[in-house]
Amino acid sequence: MVQKLVIIGNGMAPGRMLEHLFEQAPVAYEVTIFNAEPRVNYDRIMLSPVLSGEKTYEDIIIHGDAWYEMHGVTLHRGDRIVEIDRVKRTVTSEKGVVAEYDRLIIATGSNPFIIPVPGKDLKGVVAYRDLDDVGSMLAAAEAGGDAIVIGGGLLGLEAAAGLKARGMNVTVLHVMPSLMERQLDPAAGYLLQKALEDRGIHIVCKANTRAILGEDKVEAVELEDGRIIPASIVVMAVGIRPNVQLAKDAGLAVNRGIVVDDGMMTSDGHIMALGECAEVGGQVYGLVAPLYEMARIAASHLAGDRTPAFVHSDTPTKLKVTGIDLYSLGDFAEGPDREEIVLRDAATGIYKRLVIKENRIIGTVLYGETADGAWFNDLKKKQTDISEMRDTLIFGQAYQGGSPLDPMAAVAALPDDAEICGCNGVCKGKITSTITGKGLTSLDEVRAHTKASASCGSCTGLVEQLMTLTLGDKYNPAAVTPMCTCTDLGHDDVRRLIKAKGLKSIPAVMQELEWKTSCGCAKCRPALNYYLVCDWPDEYADDYQSRFINERVHANIQKDGTYSVVPRMWGGVTNAKELRAIADVVDKFQIPMVKVTGGQRIDLLGVEKEDLPAVWADLGQAGFISGQAYAKGLRTVKTCVGSDWCRFGTQDSTGLGIRIEKFMWGSWTPAKLKLAVSGCPRNCAEATCKDIGVICVDSGFEIHFAGAAGLDIKGTDVLGLVKTEDEALEVIVALTQMYREQGRYLERIYKWAKRVGHDEIRQQILHDTERRKAYYDRFVFSQQFAQVDPWSERVSGKDKHEFKPMASVGYGEAAE
Amino acid sequence: MNWKTIGHIDDIPLRGARCIKTPGMNIAVFRTSENEVFAIENRCPHKAGPLSEGIVHGKAVTCPLHNWVISLENGMAQGADEGEVRTFELRNENGVLSILLDHPMMVAAE
Repeated sequence: MVQKLVIIGNGMAPGRMLEHLFEQAPVAYEVTIFNAEPRVNYDRIMLSPVLSGEKTYEDIIIHGDAWYEMHGVTLHRGDRIVEIDRVKRTVTSEKGVVAEYDRLIIATGSNPFIIPVPGKDLKGVVAYRDLDDVGSMLAAAEAGGDAIVIGGGLLGLEAAAGLKARGMNVTVLHVMPSLMERQLDPAAGYLLQKALEDRGIHIVCKANTRAILGEDKVEAVELEDGRIIPASIVVMAVGIRPNVQLAKDAGLAVNRGIVVDDGMMTSDGHIMALGECAEVGGQVYGLVAPLYEMARIAASHLAGDRTPAFVHSDTPTKLKVTGIDLYSLGDFAEGPDREEIVLRDAATGIYKRLVIKENRIIGTVLYGETADGAWFNDLKKKQTDISEMRDTLIFGQAYQGGSPLDPMAAVAALPDDAEICGCNGVCKGKITSTITGKGLTSLDEVRAHTKASASCGSCTGLVEQLMTLTLGDKYNPAAVTPMCTCTDLGHDDVRRLIKAKGLKSIPAVMQELEWKTSCGCAKCRPALNYYLVCDWPDEYADDYQSRFINERVHANIQKDGTYSVVPRMWGGVTNAKELRAIADVVDKFQIPMVKVTGGQRIDLLGVEKEDLPAVWADLGQAGFISGQAYAKGLRTVKTCVGSDWCRFGTQDSTGLGIRIEKFMWGSWTPAKLKLAVSGCPRNCAEATCKDIGVICVDSGFEIHFAGAAGLDIKGTDVLGLVKTEDEALEVIVALTQMYREQGRYLERIYKWAKRVGHDEIRQQILHDTERRKAYYDRFVFSQQFAQVDPWSERVSGKDKHEFKPMASVGYGEAAE
Repeated sequence: MNWKTIGHIDDIPLRGARCIKTPGMNIAVFRTSENEVFAIENRCPHKAGPLSEGIVHGKAVTCPLHNWVISLENGMAQGADEGEVRTFELRNENGVLSILLDHPMMVAAE
């Protein structure tokens, strides 16, 4: 019987737990998740790269909406659980949702510790735990000025580096004498401090905060010694406390964390806990590797295998600040029974220290040069007796046995059970055997299949070395992905060569660029056809046999082989005559379904292929042309009623939308292109999730681009504000042409824009007026060949063969 | 078994296909870039997509619904996909095409 599994919390630990569970017992549980954050599961370790601008939120999503849907998981976002009733076995949320459970998992994570000083509740004091905190920091960074980070640990320093990268003047206040004292000895802490100060970050150690000053928002921080340091934002990163309140209220055994056994079971046999809120073997954890281990064990127990048990192991610490290499592991305090081996090179800023007890490594600190971390970790884990190699141990693995210094040799020499990815507990043998077994050739594939390098990414170099070792020359990290198996060239090279060599037909491209197949495949042929149509609009003869069926018969194929027909309805505006004509067509051809589309059009579904020309003929009589709802090309321009009717409308959004659609219809683009024009910022036409959108304002037209509301959801970015309709049209057309010329086939505008950079696009389209004009002119030139209604062409007899069977045989012949 | 004339090779576009209706099933007739002709059941083994609407490349066709690639020579799904469709013998006499149909196929209309 399917059991009800309820999970409180949607962080990385329960996310990973579910991945394991769905692998082992895909249908055993009906899963409901309550997430206090209004989001899907994302990679919290990667908040620092988001803060510094090296990654975006989209980059760090672990499970998108589709994942939850695929596994039938009900996700309540932004709804916190307020009560657990262990007798009735229910949980109740803030919004009043009550969910029953057979099994409950508490994964409430931890809360940031806020030091109890006056002013701690002022506006501008933030923690560093989730995306909202990053949002607050980014908002502060935009305004510029001074930032203070309280706490010189892992998180605090990453926050400081991120804020510095965003242009703020940053001071770190640390209560201890040296930075990261829990992971680094004072010597390495000093080197780290120097490196950060070289980047312009101020560091104050032994700094006791007395108060945070400010009227209604943060203005400064006052230290015990009387110093006052100005700040417009204060980030508290002084530690975390397991979030145990809910468990405590429910009467579960709680110590520092929620007490669980080594199978992640709490004191109630129906309730498990995992992640930062759980305490196992008297320890609570904050690094991802042990949390993932908890996830693995919890999943296994839920799936019915109760053998795995949680065992404590040291986790290496790495600082994710670009340009600073730091590795720390185990115990490195001094003691009478301990020896140490230290290597210092002041000139290059390298510091290495091994702490040894009874000829075995028990702790490691590496700074500046961390490649041997995995090897030292392996020696420590296996308790290897190092007395034989003691003299050269500190120089690393490559120096053992007199081999030359070669990082590849070091990786090659690692045993199969050496851990490569600490976050996900993936060892060398697993990676190499998966590469060989599944025939993997790209880093992304290795990440997908093994999870190695898929969390914090700091082992990416090692994984790539393993790929080189395993695959030899077959692995080329800089290699572009080929268009398809017919060629080794990527889309960009093919586009460039088409122009450079003046190739004007598909056979010419295949000949000159040495295609490996006689006539391509269903992937490359439509791409090449588009590139040629776009680059040589007046010379290239469109190859219909290289177009997908929808673009060949100008309707959308449905699952039963019938088609849907969408007439163009400029800007979404229609009238009685048009509607009457549609109604007549529906009656005459007995069309089973009529539906309004997301793009403000009317869709006639279930039309037989043979009927298409006749349907189009009737629609054409009423003035309709093809709505091109099937095209990798301009689809629709949605509009709202704008200043014509709406009491809030600032401009004639309907008129502008129609004008844009009449100007751009018929144009082919790399992927479908959907536009919208909203008459005011209330945005009823939903322009801010379109490929290109316009928001009318009093002072003109705000041009938006690169939105998405399909597989991905992404708000648009503002390209710029223009004053007149004419300018708006020119900018939109030029942007479209730039995308037409550079996009890879099937690449939506937001992906193309991310690849080439929004600033570059802004520069070329908005600031460089000559370039904009040139793009515009090329679009206009190409439109004279593109704006031919495909329906009326076919009504007049073009491609007749497409719509009729070649022959009917066997009917009525039985009597012969 | 019976040979039935279905038309001329030029009725089919190069690297294209046409459909033949019979009482038993629809059959897709293909013409490759090398002017070879093949006939297979017009129904993808995956989700019954009309193969005659697919893109023809080499001696294979890619189904328009979910991109399965079916061999025109033996009707087998290519790559990792598993499944097959019926194939039919075709005769090309100076461009005039005939297809070999078995009896049940033709009397199904009775």
